Amino acid sequence: MGFFDFFSKNKKNTGSKNIAKDRLKLVLVHDRASMSPEVMEALRKELIQVISKYVDVDSNNIEVELNDNNNQATLVANIPINQIKRSRNV
Amino acid sequence: MGEVIVITSGKGGVGKTTTTANIGTALAKLNHKVVLVDTDIGLRNLDVVLGLENRIVYDIVDVVKGNCRLNQALIKDKRLEGLCLLPAAQTKDKNAISIEEIKKLTNELSEIFDYVIVDCPAGIEQGFKNAIAGADRAIVVATPEVSSVRDADRIIGLLEANEIKETRLIINRLRPQMVKQGDMMDIDDILDILSIKLIGVIPEDEFIIVSTNRGEPAVNNPESMAGKAYLNTARRITGEEDVPFLDLEVVESFMDKILKIFKK
Repeated sequence: MGFFDFFSKNKKNTGSKNIAKDRLKLVLVHDRASMSPEVMEALRKELIQVISKYVDVDSNNIEVELNDNNNQATLVANIPINQIKRSRNV
Repeated sequence: MGEVIVITSGKGGVGKTTTTANIGTALAKLNHKVVLVDTDIGLRNLDVVLGLENRIVYDIVDVVKGNCRLNQALIKDKRLEGLCLLPAAQTKDKNAISIEEIKKLTNELSEIFDYVIVDCPAGIEQGFKNAIAGADRAIVVATPEVSSVRDADRIIGLLEANEIKETRLIINRLRPQMVKQGDMMDIDDILDILSIKLIGVIPEDEFIIVSTNRGEPAVNNPESMAGKAYLNTARRITGEEDVPFLDLEVVESFMDKILKIFKK
């Protein structure tokens, strides 16, 4: 095997397009996981509205965060409850 | 009432201006009335790609600010009857025009022309926001590279957020030989990542450099592979179905793949 054969063979094995594709996918998970502050604020407000229908929440201390761990974006909401409302159903 | 189509990419240097010039020329060749609008204020280039740089008297900012009538600023193409250019201003900056002004302008142009093709500046700042403001449709240009596809993804998100009803992709500067070797992402790879419909694939073609040197879009040369691909893309833009794909010869199975994607 000649010197150049070695290189061309080596190149074929790596197939740099797969590296490109994998890196892109990873980068896009992070890119797409970021939300604008306006959207986050709107989401926070609506979450409070919905949850307030069922429980009395401490709306000043609600935290809503978007995390990305292990290539999986997750929405984490920390909502302190003041009091659970009395059930209206029998 | 004509259609306003913005050509955008996020990343610079992927061929927005070349694509705008060629698609516009191709649409005019197909007997449509076309105006090309350069919104890259401060970095005007569409005029030189079209070879019309010596005819500019007034520009887009003059029209918007009322320094001249629209007709005075429109430059007729040398070769094609139905093709016009509205050049960008070279000495002003991207804040010289507002979103409202550009909306009014593209609306006015769409009453005169069948297609209003807007060449968008690179980036996602004011210039981009202006360029997409009056658009009915968008065409995103991307090359098969990590940086370009990443930026395209961001742009597609922004176009969706701005409620552009139809966004399509042009993959530019594809090298079939490198795809075959596994050293360039193929059409499937890119469509898979971006989840968007394809409207054209333009092969890498040295003739593009020659045509830019001359100021004559490649579409005018029947020998140019990129020119042929742009002509086919323009036909798809007009809604023509089953436009055949170029046989790039180098890789046949690769072209079969493209056909499959469009038949889906």
